[in-house]
Amino acid sequence: MTPTIRTAMGVGAVYAIVLGAALLSPYDPATQHRDRPLAPPARVHVVDRDGRVHLRPFVYADDESGPTYPVRFFAHEVDEDGSIGSRRLLAVDPPAHIFLAGTDELGRDQFSRLLYGGRISLGAGVLAGALALTIGLLLGCVAGFFGGWIDAAVMAASDLFMALPWLYLLLAIRAALPLDVSPGRALASVVIVIGIAGWARPARLIRSVVLSARTRDYVTAAAASGASRARLMVAHVLPEAFSVALTQASILVPQYTLAEITLSFFGLGVGEPTPSWGTMINAMLRQELSAAHWWLAAPAAALVVVSLLYHAAADALHQRSQVLPAGAWR
Amino acid sequence: MSLIAFAVTELAPGDGFGQARLERQLSPAAVDALRSRAGLDRPFLARYASWVASVAHGDLGRSIAYGAPIAPLVARRALNSLLLVSASLAVTWILVLPLGVWMAARDRSADGRLLAAGATALIAVPDLLIAIALLLVAAASGVLPTGGVRGAGLADAGRLAAIGDLMRHLVLPVSALTLIAAPPLARHVRASMLDALRAPYLLAAAARGIPYRRLLWRSALRAAANPLVSLFGLSFAALFSASMIVEVVMSWPGLGPMLLDAVRSRDEPLVLAGVMLSTVLLLVGNGCADVLLRAVDPRIAA
Repeated sequence: MTPTIRTAMGVGAVYAIVLGAALLSPYDPATQHRDRPLAPPARVHVVDRDGRVHLRPFVYADDESGPTYPVRFFAHEVDEDGSIGSRRLLAVDPPAHIFLAGTDELGRDQFSRLLYGGRISLGAGVLAGALALTIGLLLGCVAGFFGGWIDAAVMAASDLFMALPWLYLLLAIRAALPLDVSPGRALASVVIVIGIAGWARPARLIRSVVLSARTRDYVTAAAASGASRARLMVAHVLPEAFSVALTQASILVPQYTLAEITLSFFGLGVGEPTPSWGTMINAMLRQELSAAHWWLAAPAAALVVVSLLYHAAADALHQRSQVLPAGAWR
Repeated sequence: MSLIAFAVTELAPGDGFGQARLERQLSPAAVDALRSRAGLDRPFLARYASWVASVAHGDLGRSIAYGAPIAPLVARRALNSLLLVSASLAVTWILVLPLGVWMAARDRSADGRLLAAGATALIAVPDLLIAIALLLVAAASGVLPTGGVRGAGLADAGRLAAIGDLMRHLVLPVSALTLIAAPPLARHVRASMLDALRAPYLLAAAARGIPYRRLLWRSALRAAANPLVSLFGLSFAALFSASMIVEVVMSWPGLGPMLLDAVRSRDEPLVLAGVMLSTVLLLVGNGCADVLLRAVDPRIAA
């Protein structure tokens, strides 16, 4: 297995997990278990107090005493009041709970929030990356292909965007968008903010690729045999730019995932009760700074793992293509 | 640039008086009077023109949330940010140069490789988490102050004590910024040194018996300096951006937390001033790097 495939599979697995949040998470991310705030992670047992081995893993209700509650797989979630919920990978009967990563200060299941929050954070990264690349591909192609004043204008604009400190730019654009909106619109606005702030770099890169592609012999040959400018661009120049765009995506998507997390850490992203890794990390800091509630650091740990994976994937892609200049600092 | 920033803040729905509108005691007419006093009811271009005119006179307008002139407000914050960034810049480069050169020199051996791998791993850890981790460690150990620029009760202490106190407050944010900025820089120093070391004239010099240490620190470093100087400008930009996260996490009263508050409270003049100022600071930094580059490499003419 090549490194590219291996790392791509790792990243794919993370996306599969967060996309499957509805099935994989034991609870709804917004459900508040008011009687169990800041509960530590549940201990799933196989051997009970009397030393008997259970084939089916089980949990205890409150303290490690009382009857055992077997973990049911692919079962319907049952609420405290006895109502039947949706189908989950893991479920236990009330009054026991299965909080795999503990609960936050409102008694919400951290593990479920981690999965749903990952959906927001990682999803925003992908969407914003797609947006920035689309704008960059469009403007870069147009600038590189037509040259002249169009090129000058696009490059001047990209200079302007790159001259600003990235986070300050992000905040400035965020200031233009409404603060209190529904989660869907908030996510859309975050994606738009990041996409707009980030188009300049891919546009420059793609412009340079288009510029060099234009002078290739096969493009000249196609032009000589009467291909229209549109045909030249779409059929001959664009494919070359596309491979660069893909490598660029492996750099941009992690960066934009972080941008979403930073924005929501600042309280400018998708608001509560919708979880995002940024708001969860913020909540971790709001609790007293101590090791007593270590499970609140779960989003940070998840973020480190995902970042390392992203980095490995980008590295592998970079090694493979070597199209990018090695010195593109950040 | 300023036009874009102005237009962007203009696009925002609502303004700094949205909150006032919700207050019962204030009649809508009174709010409108306040708005017109701030000039918010005039057309866009007219306001832009008057804003540019006043900025040219050094007047950045009045903050809506603070109800005070912006210029002194922002100036203090900008000084704090600049202090933090320049201290980090100095520490980072003092650390990175020998580290990068050493990594390049020991490229064939295990310790050099290990250090390079460590730098790579640190690059992958998000800035935000580095800042938070340092904050948690400092809070747990309790040795260093975890926020602000100066401790309480220093009004009557001597100047020396005040400087010492400032230093103590700088340690945490500066080390966070250094941890964020140094690893990628060290990698670049290493790469550019490796490039320089590969040059045939160095082999020739070594064959003539010039000691390796002298080759490394004199000839190779001088050859590698050119890309490093342009990196210096870029590192200023990166540090400036990263300092915003560090400032917010470690409650350092710089431009970052101020801008964040301004965005949250829709204080448009303040947002505008903050963004403009950070851009100007960055441009000045890049200009300095250009001048430096010309000094190092006379081939690059104006």
